[in-house]
Amino acid sequence: MRSEIAEADKNKQTRLGDKMANNRGAAVKYDSVQKSYDGESLVVKNLNLDIPPGEFLTMLGPSGSGKTTCLMMLAGFEPATHGEIYLNDRPINNVPPHKRGIGMVFQNYALFPHMTVAENLAFPLQVRKVSKAEQEEKVQRALDMVELGSFGNRRPAQLSGGQQQRVAVARALVFDPELVLMDEPLGALDKQLREQMQYEIKHIHENLGVTVVYVTHDQTEALTMSDRVAVFNDGVIQQLSTPDDLYEDPQNSFVAQFIGENNKLSGKVIEIQGEECRVELGDGTQLKADRVNVSSVGDKTTLSLRPERVEFDTHDSMDNIVNGRIEELIYLGDHIRVRMNVAGNDEFIVKVRNRGEKRKLHVGETVPVGWALNDCKALDAVV
Amino acid sequence: MSDTTSDQVLTTQDGKPLKAALARALRREKLRSFLLIAPLLIFVLITFVAPIIDMLFRSVENEIVSETLPRTVVVLEEWDEASGQAPGEDVYNALLYDLIIAVENKRHTQLGTRLNYEQTGLSSMFRRTGRRVDDFGEVYADQLIDLNAAWKEPVTWATMLATPEWISAQETWAANPSGPEPAFVVSEAARNALPTTADLYGAFARFIQTEDSDSPMEEDPWVPVYKALYQDLIANPDAASAFSGETATLVGQAAAAAPNFETVSIKELFIDADDDWGSAENWAVIKTFAPKFTSGYFLSAADAQLTPTGVELKPEDERIYLYLFYRTLLLSIMITVSCLLLGYPIAFLLAALPLRYSNLLLILVLLPFWTSLLVRTSAWKVLLQQQGVINDFLVWIGIIADANRLVMINNQTGTIIAMTHILLPFMILPLYSVMKTISPSYVRAAKSLGANDWTAFWRVYFPQSIPGIGAGAILVFILSIGYYITPELVGGTSGIFISNRIAFHISSSLNWGLAAALGTLLLVAVLLLFMVYDRIVGIDNVKLG
Repeated sequence: MRSEIAEADKNKQTRLGDKMANNRGAAVKYDSVQKSYDGESLVVKNLNLDIPPGEFLTMLGPSGSGKTTCLMMLAGFEPATHGEIYLNDRPINNVPPHKRGIGMVFQNYALFPHMTVAENLAFPLQVRKVSKAEQEEKVQRALDMVELGSFGNRRPAQLSGGQQQRVAVARALVFDPELVLMDEPLGALDKQLREQMQYEIKHIHENLGVTVVYVTHDQTEALTMSDRVAVFNDGVIQQLSTPDDLYEDPQNSFVAQFIGENNKLSGKVIEIQGEECRVELGDGTQLKADRVNVSSVGDKTTLSLRPERVEFDTHDSMDNIVNGRIEELIYLGDHIRVRMNVAGNDEFIVKVRNRGEKRKLHVGETVPVGWALNDCKALDAVV
Repeated sequence: MSDTTSDQVLTTQDGKPLKAALARALRREKLRSFLLIAPLLIFVLITFVAPIIDMLFRSVENEIVSETLPRTVVVLEEWDEASGQAPGEDVYNALLYDLIIAVENKRHTQLGTRLNYEQTGLSSMFRRTGRRVDDFGEVYADQLIDLNAAWKEPVTWATMLATPEWISAQETWAANPSGPEPAFVVSEAARNALPTTADLYGAFARFIQTEDSDSPMEEDPWVPVYKALYQDLIANPDAASAFSGETATLVGQAAAAAPNFETVSIKELFIDADDDWGSAENWAVIKTFAPKFTSGYFLSAADAQLTPTGVELKPEDERIYLYLFYRTLLLSIMITVSCLLLGYPIAFLLAALPLRYSNLLLILVLLPFWTSLLVRTSAWKVLLQQQGVINDFLVWIGIIADANRLVMINNQTGTIIAMTHILLPFMILPLYSVMKTISPSYVRAAKSLGANDWTAFWRVYFPQSIPGIGAGAILVFILSIGYYITPELVGGTSGIFISNRIAFHISSSLNWGLAAALGTLLLVAVLLLFMVYDRIVGIDNVKLG
């Protein structure tokens, strides 16, 4: 078993070598693209996006945020109302979908139920008039790539969800596209399988070097797989950055709220000093924060603070120390969630790593908590 | 918890076999579901299945010959139809007795009609003879009465042939008539001594009592009864010994005189009444159709006939049903194909449009269902006839000359056009319901994989719509193969179906046996096609919704 895996890894390595040698991957560019379905409201508002060759870019956002529409415009199933999309510097607005050469994985896989797995995979090769021998070779290689080498004669309905998913990925890749689009491909899988598939897709991307545009509403998926994530809301990209930047340095409260867990404290800016500012909360508590998205004294602001950055072991070097009352303790194994009332906000969450410490927390206790200035971001006020 | 290994029978906690316990638990549920469907099941059985089975049974039933001519059929067994000669006197004697009973009961015309299906002319033969058969054997009656006037008296006959018990019962009844006369009973002695007479007189007495409500004591026997007595006396000169008193004397006297009676050939009397009685061919038909069950209707339905030498096809100019079956199949296939060609794009559009528009379109598709079938068919008459709307329009725009107006009705074209229109919804609805389930992402996927519009449709969409095509096609085909009213109205002579012929035999020619045989053949043909269809398409591939 082990040796097999090792063997497979070695194969992957060699293939990786092959692929990297001819360095494939297309560049995509959205140039002030707008989209409206009814002529009254914009679903996509002035989208400008550059995707370099070989990048894994995820469009992340709640439903109705315009991310799928952006993908469909790129695939050619929806025309852009305004603006131009470029594929390798070639405008493709007037290119029909079947001539764009873009591989696509659909939400429910869209495997053709009346064809076997091998026929499904051969389909894009047949319509490209690839010779029979080459078809067979490529189909087998694609099946091997997703570790379904012996499943060629099965019908999609005879496969499990995860296997169908892999076939869908293999089919999108079998004709060597430079760009692959994935529209919530893991939405139908259960949690465990989803996590496994995330890594597999990520590895395939790394091996082949194709450009991937991935749409999801699942932030974990986005963070796990992507080179860069574009967070969509209301037809606008709220923030476009690497996963760690997205988490560590959210540019506005929507992103802070949407990515990961987040404590919100509303207040007013009372002092600005360079990159720092001082904020007064509703109950008069004053906190220091990293100035991200406030422009002047007197602005309303929302402070964003990750629960795992708050400490019970306060010491003097901390920029902010306040007292809070413990409202609720939830035991989660690797950590304990503590819900507290801090500065009038009783939804204040603190995550304490479970180190088997002697010191116990008790509901009803009032204890000091503290955090560093850099972990507390002053963002735009939530309306 | 006890361990159970695989070879042990699983049991419940109290040790009963698990399977039995499960069956008992399920029985209640099964009984309840059966009770739920029972009313409908009984209704269908009584009003639908039973009449159909009864009707289909008529296609083989043939009791009329053996019931109407029971004596003749028995004697005819001995006759060799291959001889080419008409049968002998004994057959005609038996025929006389059968026919006089049939004529009195007015059943000989039905028999004639039945046999006429097999051989033209037999109907009139029976009809014509029926009018004269009550005189046959008059010469024997005259001679017996001349011999002794007592033979003219009904009482003589009744006392000779009845049991003493009946005679006394009759006397009691006659003294104080209340209710019907006691049923006539033929005495064993008379039956042994004068079997033919007893048989025929018994039938006579029964007829007099039940049909005419008269007494055999007061009615003259039928003339052929005298012939029967003569025949018995010749066969059994010692018949008098079976009787006593006056009757014995009377019978003895007649038996003694009988050998010197002037005789007459019954066969010649029959041939005299109708020459056809002398034809061996006609007798062969009667013999062929004597059994209680016959394949004759089925053979006729397949344009074949049963001859003494076996089954053979009818002469070419008499064949109609095979061609009609063929035409019914061909037209049904053409109607199915045109429904598919016209319905597929509509269904495609219905499935692709947003719900708001597709609902409206669906209502338009269903609109014909809200109009009477007759109205729709009549509308096609108005449109298609030579002086109709379409021809007028074509002449007006100058495509065809006034002299060459198209013939589009009262022929196959009319049937195809009208029936395609009428059956179109049955194609569209199953197609639509299947297409509705085909996710648009399949076609998108095909396009993203490089297929152009046509390839994406043909390789990906179309194969998935085949279950709908299968359902629609079989629905339209089966409906059209049995369609009646539309071909009747717009089909003329060249556009009618086998069902029109069945209806003709049911309501006009009254040949129900043939109608039933044609219906059975149609049913079998449909079932066969259904099986072939199952082989090719697979019935589980058919989706109706």
